[in-house]
Amino acid sequence: MSVIQIIEELWSSFGVTLNIFLVTLLLSLPLGLLVALGRMAKNPLLRGFTGAYISIMRGTPLMLQLIVVYFGPYYLFGLSFGTSYRMTAIYIAFVINYAAYFAEIYRSGIQSMPKGQYEAAKLLGYSGRQTFAYIILPQVIKRILPSVTNEVITLVKDTAFAFTLSVMEMFTKAKALAAGQTSILPLFIAGAFYYIFNYAVAFAFEYAEKKLDYYQ
Amino acid sequence: MKVLEIRNLEKSFEGVRVLEGISLSVEKGEILSIIGPSGSGKSTLLRCAVGLETPDRGEISFSGRFGMVFQQFNLFPHWNVLRNVTDALIRVRKRDRQEALGEGRALLKRIGLGDKEAAYPCQLSGGQQQRVAIARALALNPDILFFDEPTSALDPELTQEVLKVIRSLKELRIAMVIVTHEIDFARDVSDRIIFMAEGRIQEEGKPLEVLQSKNERMRAFLNRL
Repeated sequence: MSVIQIIEELWSSFGVTLNIFLVTLLLSLPLGLLVALGRMAKNPLLRGFTGAYISIMRGTPLMLQLIVVYFGPYYLFGLSFGTSYRMTAIYIAFVINYAAYFAEIYRSGIQSMPKGQYEAAKLLGYSGRQTFAYIILPQVIKRILPSVTNEVITLVKDTAFAFTLSVMEMFTKAKALAAGQTSILPLFIAGAFYYIFNYAVAFAFEYAEKKLDYYQ
Repeated sequence: MKVLEIRNLEKSFEGVRVLEGISLSVEKGEILSIIGPSGSGKSTLLRCAVGLETPDRGEISFSGRFGMVFQQFNLFPHWNVLRNVTDALIRVRKRDRQEALGEGRALLKRIGLGDKEAAYPCQLSGGQQQRVAIARALALNPDILFFDEPTSALDPELTQEVLKVIRSLKELRIAMVIVTHEIDFARDVSDRIIFMAEGRIQEEGKPLEVLQSKNERMRAFLNRL
């Protein structure tokens, strides 16, 4: 198998990797914000629940979470969704895992905001929601962008964990090719794919950081 | 006509009495300065009055709107100067956008920053930031404006430009309550001065009366300055 053929093979399954990445990012970023708000809520029940959720998500392996989300419904409740559930399980596990990490990033950002911003907003008559949406959140996003970049780069690499449920994303494909060819070359090429992907991610986030550089 | 009336205000923080039986009122257009040593409760009094702290006891009643200027300015750093001054007018008061921007520009001109409307707070000096904060408070047409040590975070040479702007507001007939350490300024600008120590009003009256009073705490305070 030539290098070109390997690249073509990997490229054909790169779409699945990209899907996992995009779905996780687009859903876990807003979910993480909700979780962070729950974590800081006045209601102790909500606070306790979100705290436990974050603790479990961060304290157990993503690989284990993938297995639990996929097989859990059957072993716990006897529910069977068929193999089409496989991809959904991947999305669910990735989203709830990453939302927990993002929630802690949001929380640290929100709690780092000076009290004076809230006080000024209150005296100008902004409601709590307006204050958060227009005054606090935009500044929080700037503050947390470097930490979010780190997390997103990790996500690119973590998509490889989808092989746990035998989803044909790029890493699963690379392993299969490597086994079939008894060659390590497909894995190296997969590595190059991840590297280039992450290079683009880092570039995009650096661009965003620069865009927000107009104030301190 | 009174724009603010405070009766028997009490406030403690973790068992420590900060305000004890404070009563005062402010007339329409009156300028009242509050002086006194650090920890005497001046800022807490202001913060209780505007609702940033909840008093343990006492009554506070306003007739009309109030605004506040903070020691640390508390401008919104992600907005330019004009938006800082006009956003609440547009978003909170639901005023017409063009009209609000026009008023904002006029206010910036008034405080001598007509050419800075597109600048961001981080590009301004502390004195300029505080002047923008004053314009922001004025934009909402308050009947009474509270200043919480408006020049304490500024270098001496920047203090004067801010005091000059505050002085120039006198003609607007907006009542002002100014917590300050600038005694000369308080004497010049105020209709009335209150001297606070240990959570109580110790002296109250016309500037010269208060500043020349024989009150021991007052003398000790002035001597230390």
